[in-house]
Amino acid sequence: MLLNILNTVPIQYYLFISAVLFCIGVMGVLFRRNAIIIFMSIELMLNSVNLLLVAFSTYHNDASGQVFVFFIMAVAAAEVAVGLAILVTIFRNAHSVDIDELKNLKW
Amino acid sequence: MFSRNPIHSVIYLIGCFFAIAGHYLLLNAQFLAVVHIIVYAGAIMVLFLFTIMLMNLNEETEQHKPAIARMGAVIASGLLMLVIVAVLRRTDGLPLPAEQNVYMGTIQNLGKVLLEEYQFPFEFASVLFLTAMIGAVLLAKKDKQIAK
Repeated sequence: MLLNILNTVPIQYYLFISAVLFCIGVMGVLFRRNAIIIFMSIELMLNSVNLLLVAFSTYHNDASGQVFVFFIMAVAAAEVAVGLAILVTIFRNAHSVDIDELKNLKW
Repeated sequence: MFSRNPIHSVIYLIGCFFAIAGHYLLLNAQFLAVVHIIVYAGAIMVLFLFTIMLMNLNEETEQHKPAIARMGAVIASGLLMLVIVAVLRRTDGLPLPAEQNVYMGTIQNLGKVLLEEYQFPFEFASVLFLTAMIGAVLLAKKDKQIAK
């Protein structure tokens, strides 16, 4: 028999863990200069929001939240594929993925 | 995030994704847990590792931001976390709904919702994938022509 975990673990704990994960992602984006690490931090932020969506979807007995998570995963996969292709192109041209050296667009 | 070697960061991120998949299982979202492991640990992390190895980034000579910028980053995100947690601490726990459908996250139920209520976005997701695929191929191909 399946049980609902939210009977034992209150939903606030999922709010807290999502907030902490999101802030770790924000810190990673601000902290590092390596563009790949910044991408991974963005993935972490997307995942924290996904976790919260699933938690509230279980909480409200509504499958729409899980469908949304499914769409977010699809968008994240597409974003990573295109973003890494762009990064590889940048690396071939500039021989670096350091975001502080990519200022050709700066006026 | 703080490790100097990007490959170590990828390994830790895979561990984090498996932990999140475990949370999905706990929340009775079995289908999403499986999809999460396949998509993230299987596809996205392989892409990251492949890119890192392609760029030969495993040397630890990476430049870091100046100390003031790093301190600013830590302070900014710490303040953001403080604000969010302070807001969420005052929330009261709402009672759970009386009747609970623990089979809500099964493939059968999710597929029904996905293809009945959300049919239109579902089709658009396929268009998005097609666009992303064409874009990635184009980005990789254009560079080869320049090199020739």
